[in-house]
Amino acid sequence: MDGQTSTVTPDGRTIGGVVMEMRNITLRFGGVIAIKDISFDVRHGEIRAIIGPNGAGKSSMLNVISGFYNPQEGEVWYKGEKRKPMKPYQVARQGIARTFQNIALFDGMTVLDNIMTGRLNHMKASILDQAIWWGRAEREEVANRQKAEEVIDFLEIQSIRKTPVGRLPYGLKKRVELARALVAEPEILLLDEPMAGMNVEEKEDMCRFILDVNDEFGTTIVLIEHDMGVVMDISDRVVVMDYGKKIGDGVPDEVRNNPDVIDAYLGVAHD
Amino acid sequence: MFYREAGDYKTSYAQDNQTFPIAFDRYRYYFVVAVGFALLPFVMTDYLANAILLPFLIYAIAAIGLNILVGYCGQVSLGTGGFMAVGAYTSYKLMTAFPWMDMVSVTLLSGLMTAIVGMAFGLPSLRIKGFYLAVATLAAQFFLVWLFNRVPWFFNYSASGQISAPERSMFGWAITGPAANPSVKYLFCLLFVFVLAWLARNLTRGSIGRQWMSIRDMDIAAEIIGVNPLRAKLSAFAVSSFYVGIAGSLFFTVYLGAVEVGASFGIQKSFLVLFMIIIGGLGSIFGSFAGAAFMVLLPVALTRIFADGFGWDTALARHIEFVIVGGLIMFFLIVEPHGLARLWALAKEKLRLWPFPY
Ligand SMILES: Nc1ncnc2c1ncn2[C@@H]1O[C@H](COP(=O)(O)OP(=O)(O)OP(=O)(O)O)[C@@H](O)[C@H]1O
Ligand SMILES: [Mg+2]
Repeated sequence: MDGQTSTVTPDGRTIGGVVMEMRNITLRFGGVIAIKDISFDVRHGEIRAIIGPNGAGKSSMLNVISGFYNPQEGEVWYKGEKRKPMKPYQVARQGIARTFQNIALFDGMTVLDNIMTGRLNHMKASILDQAIWWGRAEREEVANRQKAEEVIDFLEIQSIRKTPVGRLPYGLKKRVELARALVAEPEILLLDEPMAGMNVEEKEDMCRFILDVNDEFGTTIVLIEHDMGVVMDISDRVVVMDYGKKIGDGVPDEVRNNPDVIDAYLGVAHD
Repeated sequence: MFYREAGDYKTSYAQDNQTFPIAFDRYRYYFVVAVGFALLPFVMTDYLANAILLPFLIYAIAAIGLNILVGYCGQVSLGTGGFMAVGAYTSYKLMTAFPWMDMVSVTLLSGLMTAIVGMAFGLPSLRIKGFYLAVATLAAQFFLVWLFNRVPWFFNYSASGQISAPERSMFGWAITGPAANPSVKYLFCLLFVFVLAWLARNLTRGSIGRQWMSIRDMDIAAEIIGVNPLRAKLSAFAVSSFYVGIAGSLFFTVYLGAVEVGASFGIQKSFLVLFMIIIGGLGSIFGSFAGAAFMVLLPVALTRIFADGFGWDTALARHIEFVIVGGLIMFFLIVEPHGLARLWALAKEKLRLWPFPY
């Protein structure tokens, strides 16, 4: 693979060239090395999973991508350019959205307001326009509401539109958080354990949504997940991390048969 | 039975988005506005204006301002009194330096000046939060009062250290000074309240309002979905201070006419406005009005009941006021942080379902 040619998956989706590349990333917290010299790439339109045992550094990797941590060493390349150190909100403006391992919604706001907040990078009316409301601000609000409603329909959360998110059960919160990320129309969507703590039914729904997002909108997805079954089912390629190191990278079948990966997961010595 | 959403179908997102989605609320709002503009000016008395309506209107502006910062953006401030003083002293300097300037411009420029000062004192909020920010704004409060007390330029070197508002008129009506008619003063303040409340409502329901609330609810998540925390926090400080500055300006020019900074804009004022929004409801424009009305009416009512009614000592009525306000603050902080506005909303929710709660 030369990183430029596109391929077609067995289920008929087109996967393009490399859109993002992590080069030799090292991230330290004091003495703790959370990520040790990791490189991998993400191709346009693919579902890229990051797996690994607890504390492997998966969330830290997403936090590097979303600009939350600046790695001590290494480079992030995005769309063919080396990225300067950035603040998280600048990363968001480049078209990278995400959800969190521990739900991070705005509890005091309604579902609709949470989702509308996700549209903010598409809303350009100045404070003065917004204060006066009539005209520009109102038009923009209505146009973006339209988009928010599309996502609400897509994720089947119409009935809780006006509910304060603080009152929602866990599974729905996860869905609202996905809606908030999705409504930004990101090019890359980062999902940190989108199915953690869900029951089987909720997991199936979430899987379906992730696949649909990828399929219908062509969104590139980087996802962290513990459930091996799910990962092997839905992802195109998998990075495996253990103790901050990359121990495997490839299509699910390759990874499944990689002896280092088997060791890390089963915790036995390999001969 | 007519307090219903049913049958009142919304056919556009703009309609769904309006301030009073229920027709009954809308009519009540028109009614209140009509009474405020068309009826009250004709039945105005000095007592009604000075004891109730002027302070209510002016504190409502200050409360909306503080609510934008504390209730919507989640940045605690104890500097309200100091920022009101900035508005008052800017008005004084403008009125004395440019006697030709009309009062609307004086008031708006005072708000703008306070917005700039507020932004400067808001800068620490980028680094510190909660309790520490409260202490920083407290420092601003004391610094500003000290400044206006100690630098004679601000009070034009007057011997008393006080400032007093010269008489100014618009369209032949005196607005400031001893000759001003209470109805005119009232209408002047009401006009500001009306426009400012409407602007605040627009800001808080739009994109910037959601950015403020997202910072309040979870600043890390806000930043990661694209909110620039610097812009969001400083804009909240600016808008909030603009309102508070206008309130300070009106408090001095229209309401009191003469002030001494420590007495009028001391730390008590900061707490008074903070109590208004806690009792009225954090994160609610309506709550700002409710809180202002409550805190203005309570002492009047208590004096009426205990001093005039039972013939008790007025000092005792004051003490009862402290006890009631203290108790209510604790109640609202612990039980209902969204204040009177939330209780009101709950009552409406019940009413909407009545008599069939399912
Ligand atoms: N802010 C931080 N400060 C200090 N250490 C941290 C910080 N964030 C993560 N770490 C450490 O970095 C390592 C990797 O953590 P990380 O959260 O990335 O793991 P993970 O793979 O997401 O694990 P899990 O599956 O439990 O979510 C851990 O040892 C953790 O303690
Ligand atoms: Mg994690």
